[in-house]
Amino acid sequence: MTTNHIVLNNLHKSFNVKKNAPVIALDHVDFTIQKGEFISLLGPSGCGKSTLLNIIAGLDQQTSGELLVNGKPVKGPGNDRIVVFQESGLFPWLSVLDNVMYGLLIKGIDKKEAEAKAMEWLAKVHLTKFAHSQPHELSGGMKQRVAIARALVMDPEILLMDEPFAALDEQTRMVLHKELENLWRETKKTIIFVTHNIREAVVLSDRIVLMKTRPGGIKNVFEVQAARPRTADSLTTHLENRILEELEQEMEKVLKEEFGSDYSLKTDRVSSNPDRYMGSDI
Amino acid sequence: MWPPVIIPNDPGGVTILKTFYESMLSGQLIEATWVSVSRLFIGFIISIFLGLFLGFLIYKYKLVDETLGFFVTTLQAIPNIVWFPLAILWFGLGVSSVIFIVVLGATLSITIASSTAFKSVSPLHIRVAKTMGSSGFHLFRTIIFPATVPQLISGFRIAWALAWRAVLAGELLGGSGGLGTLLDLGRSLQAMDLVFSIMIIIGVVGTLIDNFVFVNIERRVLTKWGIVPQK
Repeated sequence: MTTNHIVLNNLHKSFNVKKNAPVIALDHVDFTIQKGEFISLLGPSGCGKSTLLNIIAGLDQQTSGELLVNGKPVKGPGNDRIVVFQESGLFPWLSVLDNVMYGLLIKGIDKKEAEAKAMEWLAKVHLTKFAHSQPHELSGGMKQRVAIARALVMDPEILLMDEPFAALDEQTRMVLHKELENLWRETKKTIIFVTHNIREAVVLSDRIVLMKTRPGGIKNVFEVQAARPRTADSLTTHLENRILEELEQEMEKVLKEEFGSDYSLKTDRVSSNPDRYMGSDI
Repeated sequence: MWPPVIIPNDPGGVTILKTFYESMLSGQLIEATWVSVSRLFIGFIISIFLGLFLGFLIYKYKLVDETLGFFVTTLQAIPNIVWFPLAILWFGLGVSSVIFIVVLGATLSITIASSTAFKSVSPLHIRVAKTMGSSGFHLFRTIIFPATVPQLISGFRIAWALAWRAVLAGELLGGSGGLGTLLDLGRSLQAMDLVFSIMIIIGVVGTLIDNFVFVNIERRVLTKWGIVPQK
């Protein structure tokens, strides 16, 4: 059974940085997300993917167009949509446990029950031992686990993730991909995941939304049909290459604007210097 | 003009140490110290509440920021003892005048420190709290205020030193008891040994409060937050 969970209807967002010269961050965004889907927003920097996420979160407002969640227009942030940011954003003055409990107490859940729930979620992200530590005592990966627990303990319908693993090392990221996938399967949340990492998007998502720049918007949508849990097989590699090809067009557009129109990604790519090997085996 | 510290100039004559010891024993110095310190505390506590309140208004309302915020900086440039003649007119010679200039001095400093601190709270923390459903005064109470505790403590530390100076200046001019008045008495009696004894007390009280109150709190907070490594 599928239901339209999030509907973006001709969404438009521009910023007035300078007078009379608005910067268009998002233009004509039409997209529908089903309940329980894992969607990645992929694109070069400046394509408006974080802006789109913030609008869905209610932290930012669209200039025009419609955003419906469960058929109702979004007005500001709500605890049915929780965001996990790139930097964990844990509150340094609270212990790990208190950080996870923060949102529950706002919901009006009494302290004992909130504590029990928070401990349950800390166990799910394997951090029971650190419940009474301060955030600065944790590693980057652990902090992101706490941030994920803090979001999911609120039992939101939608989990919004803004490059949550971008600042982590590759090994930690791989482990967290697995754990996130498991949590997603367990909780059946709708997840919108912003990333600039193609492999990450391919490993995790049901659908990948490739975004374009100037004006920002949707360039293409890829469906990932590989079986989970995903490994680097021919199917995913092929998809990665297809996405990379389209992404490169966007990157080139940005680079040309920054470094002049003679810049080209393809021709400037030198794989090796043939002169160096000339006659080397004589 | 310079009284001997330990060895008297003539047998049985005055020395700073002897005067210090004797006036401590007689309770004269201790009593005066108590009077001054209690004024410091009353004035400082009023300043904390007033300063945080004004700081909050400046942070919260742009209009207040542009009017009062500018005004506060101007007032800060006026040494608070300059207000003393006015204070005497308004409150008469006595405790209230002294507390008035203490509050004036410390409040401005806390207002500036707190409004700057409130404005510099990490937007990330605010966004996290908002997405969890916090807003309005709850956001201030649970995020903005606790997030600024380290800066507030540094602000308080500067403010209390200003307050301590204001107490003594007020007492010196106002003659309402306390260390400052005793100092003025020493001056009029030409008893420099007493003057030096009081100066020692002023310095000692200052060091004690700074080291045992503020440095301690500061270290505890910074360690908890992970700004300085745990020992």
